[in-house]
Amino acid sequence: MTARRVVVTGLGATTPIGGDVPTTWSALLAGKSGVRLLTEDWRENLPVHFAARVAVEPGDQMERVEMRRLDRSEQFALIASREAWKDAGSPDDIPKDRLGVVIASGIGGVITLLDQFDILKEKGARSVSPHTVPMLMPNGPAANVGLELKAKAGVHTPVSACASGAEAIGYAYEMIKNNRADIIVTGGVEAAIHQLPMAAFASMKALSTRNDAPERASRPYDLDRDGFVLGEGGGVLVLEEYESAKARGAKIYCEVGGQGLTSDGYHIAAPDPDGEGVQRAIKFALAAAGLSTKDIVHLNAHATSTPAGDVAEANALRKALGTDADHVAVSATKSMTGHLLGGAGAIESVFIVKALHDRLAPPTINIENLDPAVTIDVVRDTPRELPQGDIAALNDSFGFGGHNVVLAFKSL
Amino acid sequence: MALSQADVLAGIKEIVEEVAGIPAASIELNKNFTDDLEVDSLSMVEVVVACEERFGVKIPDDKVTDLATVEDAVNFIVNAAA
Repeated sequence: MTARRVVVTGLGATTPIGGDVPTTWSALLAGKSGVRLLTEDWRENLPVHFAARVAVEPGDQMERVEMRRLDRSEQFALIASREAWKDAGSPDDIPKDRLGVVIASGIGGVITLLDQFDILKEKGARSVSPHTVPMLMPNGPAANVGLELKAKAGVHTPVSACASGAEAIGYAYEMIKNNRADIIVTGGVEAAIHQLPMAAFASMKALSTRNDAPERASRPYDLDRDGFVLGEGGGVLVLEEYESAKARGAKIYCEVGGQGLTSDGYHIAAPDPDGEGVQRAIKFALAAAGLSTKDIVHLNAHATSTPAGDVAEANALRKALGTDADHVAVSATKSMTGHLLGGAGAIESVFIVKALHDRLAPPTINIENLDPAVTIDVVRDTPRELPQGDIAALNDSFGFGGHNVVLAFKSL
Repeated sequence: MALSQADVLAGIKEIVEEVAGIPAASIELNKNFTDDLEVDSLSMVEVVVACEERFGVKIPDDKVTDLATVEDAVNFIVNAAA
């Protein structure tokens, strides 16, 4: 039997720069920032007064009664999955025992958890919503999408902090590759814009405090970067076994070539400055995809705009790709979307799929003075055309705990 | 304070519509919460707590299973408030 190949046949997203993929992608190419001052009074309790909220509120995209039983992260998952499923041509005839869901979240239903704790303190145990547990469990987004699609091949939720979304896509890829399923709805979501998670990240000195210019705060690779900007939303891809996608006449965006997973064994939150684990993950992803560094023309970087992380990653990329890094157009799209934590690797994979399909690498905004320690080729301010012919791209994602995930995508 | 059956029915209609998304017009005294209105067990907990708050009554957990129809709930609340 020939090896099973995995392709992308559908895309969905709800992000700080658009309520769906087409809107998000055009805002991304236009270099539009989704970062805004928060309107909540609680922002005054925090050293950070801004974040990247979704551009379109879930209330404008789903029914109110449905919403009240779903955590915000679950709402994002359903909104993005519905778009992706429709984009894939709504293949409802697929046998349900060959259909799976792998959707991650870095933190889970943290807003539900905190809101219900407030209710417990104010009104007592009897007033705590009976929907609390299904709303706060980290597998809730995947479970709700699985229920809607009646998926029976398996519903999973890998959790690896800010690498979760990418790890989910890698897990889905393996499920199809290993013949556990023929079609998987996969991605990542996050909804953690609340004063407690923000205070916690701020306490780690992880967040930018550029309160006087929120839209300029997320500035990966800029010399004056001072931390990441918390974003929310999610991205979803429909992955499908190549032959069955062809047989049903599906629109095929590109191929998922392979993945590389490693861990640093270094620190709970800081990146390994040698980036050895990242380099190894890139090698594994290339090998799994049958690619060499020469084939890579584009990379969507993790690049969160933290002082230590951006340079550690750039150094690792330079070491892993060697002189071939000279022809890799690197995009740091968190400059526009903010950091979606468990959703980041997923929306950035959506962006890579669009980039390969449209042959356009999205820009990185807000670089006023490129950090001289960054020796990779960063796409700045305007999109860059990618070559015609067979091309490939990488998405790298890292998470607190030292998780490294690299996904390789190939044009078809 | 005594509550009329009509007041309680009107209140329950609003609550069930809010919690379960069932149009108030389709909620009648003889309707069964589970079979006719498809209010699941988790939503029924929400309906009960909302009724307690709205009508100022206590509905003990061991009585909730007896409230099969809208009429059962209305009668229980009217009696409990009397």
